[in-house]
Amino acid sequence: MINTKDNQGMLWEVFLQKKSGQPFIHAGSIHAFDKEMALQNARDTYTRRGEATVIWVVPSHTIVSSTPEDVGPFFDPANDKIYRHPTFYNIPDAIKNM
Amino acid sequence: MNFQEALFKYLLILGDTSLILGQRLSEWTAHGPFLEEDLALTNIALDTIGHAKTLLEYAAKVENKGRDEDALAYFRNGREYFNVKLVEQPNGNYADTMVRQVFMDAFRYHYFKALCNSKDETLSALAQKAVKEVSYHYRHSSWWIKRFGDGTEESHHKAQNAINNLWRFTGELFTPDESEKIMEEENIAPSLQSIEYLWKEDIQNLFKEATLSIPENTYMQLGGKQGIHTEHLDYILAEMQSLPRMYPDAKW
Amino acid sequence: MKSEKELEEIFEKKLANNEFIEPKDWMPEKYRHHLIRQISQHAHSEVVGMLPEGNWITRAPSLRAKLVLLAKVQDEGGHGLYLYSAAETLGISRDEMIEALHAGKAKYSSIFNYPTLTWADIGAIGWLVDGAAIMNQVMLQRTSYGPYSRAMIRICKEESFHQRQGYEIMMRLALGTPEQKQMAQDALNRWWYPTLMMFGPPDDQSPNTADAVKWRIKRETNDQLRQKFVNQTVPQAEFIGLKVPDPNLKWNEAKKGYDFTPPDWNEFWRVIKGDGPCNKERLAARIKAHEEGKWVREAAAAYAQKHNKEMLVS
Repeated sequence: MINTKDNQGMLWEVFLQKKSGQPFIHAGSIHAFDKEMALQNARDTYTRRGEATVIWVVPSHTIVSSTPEDVGPFFDPANDKIYRHPTFYNIPDAIKNM
Repeated sequence: MNFQEALFKYLLILGDTSLILGQRLSEWTAHGPFLEEDLALTNIALDTIGHAKTLLEYAAKVENKGRDEDALAYFRNGREYFNVKLVEQPNGNYADTMVRQVFMDAFRYHYFKALCNSKDETLSALAQKAVKEVSYHYRHSSWWIKRFGDGTEESHHKAQNAINNLWRFTGELFTPDESEKIMEEENIAPSLQSIEYLWKEDIQNLFKEATLSIPENTYMQLGGKQGIHTEHLDYILAEMQSLPRMYPDAKW
Repeated sequence: MKSEKELEEIFEKKLANNEFIEPKDWMPEKYRHHLIRQISQHAHSEVVGMLPEGNWITRAPSLRAKLVLLAKVQDEGGHGLYLYSAAETLGISRDEMIEALHAGKAKYSSIFNYPTLTWADIGAIGWLVDGAAIMNQVMLQRTSYGPYSRAMIRICKEESFHQRQGYEIMMRLALGTPEQKQMAQDALNRWWYPTLMMFGPPDDQSPNTADAVKWRIKRETNDQLRQKFVNQTVPQAEFIGLKVPDPNLKWNEAKKGYDFTPPDWNEFWRVIKGDGPCNKERLAARIKAHEEGKWVREAAAAYAQKHNKEMLVS
């Protein structure tokens, strides 16, 4: 049971972008009581060695995740759609820039 | 007081103030109210002691008597320390620490911002780096003042007590020592009067938002910049300086 | 729906294929419990471990040493935080873990129940204690539970300076004045056996090792890691002219390692059970910080509640 009065704050997930143009990558989690604190705590915890230029913080409970049971129905069907890959198509070697 | 003496003294006022504040903050490391906040305050301590190191290095160079920053930090007595009295006040509870911090952060934010334009290149370079760090410290402490002031009854009470107790040390921030006056005339140091105006405006707005009030008719305690401190400083120094004083020939 | 037996087969197959187990994957309850126990213990060790070194921050003998030590103790707090988060993915909250620590139900590394009496102890902790911890942690980077492994990878990256920092302190002392050298030797004498204990009891007395190895939570046994540590540390001591306090220490060419005196396991169990030199002080310090922080956390919660719209995400 979590005591609503005294606790360590909500759990947030932290994503960092090292440089503009690069994707945001999950760094880890932190606890914080509000948005501003979440940003500051993420900064103080995960960017002590110059790891980021932008931070996202997301309350962990708002993340929607697929489950291990979804693996088959979600991801197997993509395996046989070989026509989605460029090597599926036969183009004469003489054709350039394609 | 010639120029070199004034510059040296001025650098000690700045350097000692950073060092003693950093020393106080570092007392919290491993004892913070929760893990994330422990890390946050330690970051602030690191920045602040970093400023002290740079300032005392420069002071040692200006003095030119073969001392280095550690000799200045570890082998001066309380009467030769020139930090403002505010920073030597005990950590108390977290509201005491945060009120002390927001007073210093608001001050240092405007101070370093102005110091970026110093005629002295070493100082303006230091200020340009420090102002970024301090503006983060300021953001951090301001938020805690808001959370305490407008949080629970207990936190409001603790924050207001801390303000009532520490307000008397804020006047010293804006009361120039002779060395500071000389540096201001030389366009090396900013005018404390202009900083005071900005500082008061900031603190008033912040406290208003935090539902906290500023005490009236407070007699301002001065003297730190002349080496006349509260009784706390010598205990800080006794602890901080113990090893080098015990083994004066040793290198660490 | 798959039967428990089928799920267990999938789990075992993943382990056999060196695949990672992720939070939402099915896992045997015993595996989950073992992980919660080990990761939270590891997290507590980091946080309690801040205390003996934190003890010297205000007395560090140079400004450089003060900055380095602050950064190092801060890293340990960060590592505790990463590990608590990894454990939270297994369905336990940080509050519960902290409560278990404060109630004396959860363990932490017994090494932190020894006092830091001189500045050389800060060197010895970095060199020996972090050195021993790193061996364990390098192994744990390949542990089978994904979040634990990711936390360990981050931790190992950050820890790399810790051991060097400790050795540098020892080196300066060992090459310094006679009093400094004496201080360094004294620290080595006091920290050597407690460090050897850090790898845990001998394999034949370690109830959890078999499971941990089977599940790829651990990949080397306590005794293997201990031997590796002795082999790498003895030459480091010799290099700076310090003597490992073991009269039976001898190179054994046949096993390509040192023979050494095992630590006093009675002392080990005594310290674990709560009668080490600082058990009471360490726990009291953690409880005090937690209790004195209570109103701070409550204020933050109350403020967020009042300013729900701007401050929280629904």
